[in-house]
Amino acid sequence: MVVVSRNPIHSVLYLILTFFTLSGHYILLNAQFLAAVNIIVYAGAIMVLFLFVIMFLNMKQDQEEAKTNLTKIAATIVGGTVFVILFGAYRKTAIEPFNPQTYDSQIGMIESLGHMLFRDYLLPFELASILLLVAMVGAVLLGKREIGERHF
Amino acid sequence: MDLVEFLVKTVTIVAVFGLTLLIAMYSTWAERKVAGFIQDRSGPNRAGWGGLLQPLADAGKMFFKEDFIPALANKWLFIAGPSLAMLTALLASAVIPFGSTFRIAGHEVALQGVESNIGILYVFGVVALGVYGIMVGGWASNNKFSLLGAIRAASQNISYEVAMGLSLIAILMMSSSLSLGEIVAQQHGMNWNIFYQPLGFIIFITCSFAECNRVPFDLPECETELVGGYHTEYGSMKLGFYLFAEYINMFISSAIISVLYFGGYNYPGMDFVYAQLVKSFGPDLGHNIATLIGTAVFFGKALFFVFFYMWVRWTIPRFRYDQLMNLGWKKLIPLAIFNIIITGAAVLFLKPVITAWLN
Repeated sequence: MVVVSRNPIHSVLYLILTFFTLSGHYILLNAQFLAAVNIIVYAGAIMVLFLFVIMFLNMKQDQEEAKTNLTKIAATIVGGTVFVILFGAYRKTAIEPFNPQTYDSQIGMIESLGHMLFRDYLLPFELASILLLVAMVGAVLLGKREIGERHF
Repeated sequence: MDLVEFLVKTVTIVAVFGLTLLIAMYSTWAERKVAGFIQDRSGPNRAGWGGLLQPLADAGKMFFKEDFIPALANKWLFIAGPSLAMLTALLASAVIPFGSTFRIAGHEVALQGVESNIGILYVFGVVALGVYGIMVGGWASNNKFSLLGAIRAASQNISYEVAMGLSLIAILMMSSSLSLGEIVAQQHGMNWNIFYQPLGFIIFITCSFAECNRVPFDLPECETELVGGYHTEYGSMKLGFYLFAEYINMFISSAIISVLYFGGYNYPGMDFVYAQLVKSFGPDLGHNIATLIGTAVFFGKALFFVFFYMWVRWTIPRFRYDQLMNLGWKKLIPLAIFNIIITGAAVLFLKPVITAWLN
């Protein structure tokens, strides 16, 4: 539905619905924290910005240019390749059978997640935060008005 | 899950739902009464004693008005807008702890819809979704003024959510738990968070005013600039739902404020009252009465904050839009980060010193 809707606003709304189903899967996998954060960050903030930008663009149906056959064929090939790759990866993975003795029901809870992140994966975590900081500084720099320039 | 547990949960959730709706309904009456009092007039006083039936009369009027959809509006989204606003407003009340527990025939029943490990994150997620109702409705109306109102609402909510989240983190650092029930239980015995987090409280309450689109921040429906804001094209009960959702949000955020900063159902002298009640009524009945008093105290605190919202509404004029954005991004967010650093330092260094000194 995200892909086939003609109206971009509808696409965004369906994408939000997709994030909700994703959160449902997280809860089924016993990862409550991840589910909540997914809703807050993706559905709550990023998709609002998407919707915001699309509303500003004020798209009209008749202004949409017709796609040529070449783009359609290229899109089909790329999409099919991605599907084949995903399917191959799925065939390769071996899923461990459920073992009640070793299974830890607290594994998705926030305490164990915090222990994992700040003990075993501290360096990747900090590097990711630095990456985000760099991206933020870059965005602020691009958005900053230069001296003497007026935008309105 | 056995049948008894299921029934108990159903009854709790329906009770919470009904209470939220009832309080939101009477907030509309209270708002007009408070407005009347502040402006030195009498407010609604025709329907029932002191105008108490006024909300029912309003609801009847809303239902019987013609329900129309503008010709060029996007029909489904036009209907979805108010429904979403109402839905997200009502969802948040599920995790609020209204009181401690009831003892009925050996069962301990918590006065809380769902005790969740991620309670506060759940509330935060639902609040983040609240903006969709306004955006979808404003866009679907196919009206420039509605769209501008919706976009103002969206950018305002996103901006203030950041500061709100940061001010919450200081609380979470102190309580080291995300569960609302746990946070309340830790504030037992006048250990209220407001004494430790005055700055965080001020930031939080400012942001919750902005999230509810209440008066100093009600630019999305600023009638001098935008006709009626995002609900210009709405009439009948759809408009009623938008207005009603605002009152529900107000009550929910007041309840959250009293849970996070004012100790929820805790009150001074609680243990003494509990001991006296248990001594005179026996362990079960005494416990239940103590819980009821705690719940009444909780509602007292929450309703005081609802009153505070109204008080501010009739006292302070509206901000200009750039002032709103400057306040959000350039003042509240740095203040909230400062608060986090102070809290972190206090928890790490000051707390051991004080506990050592006290012992």
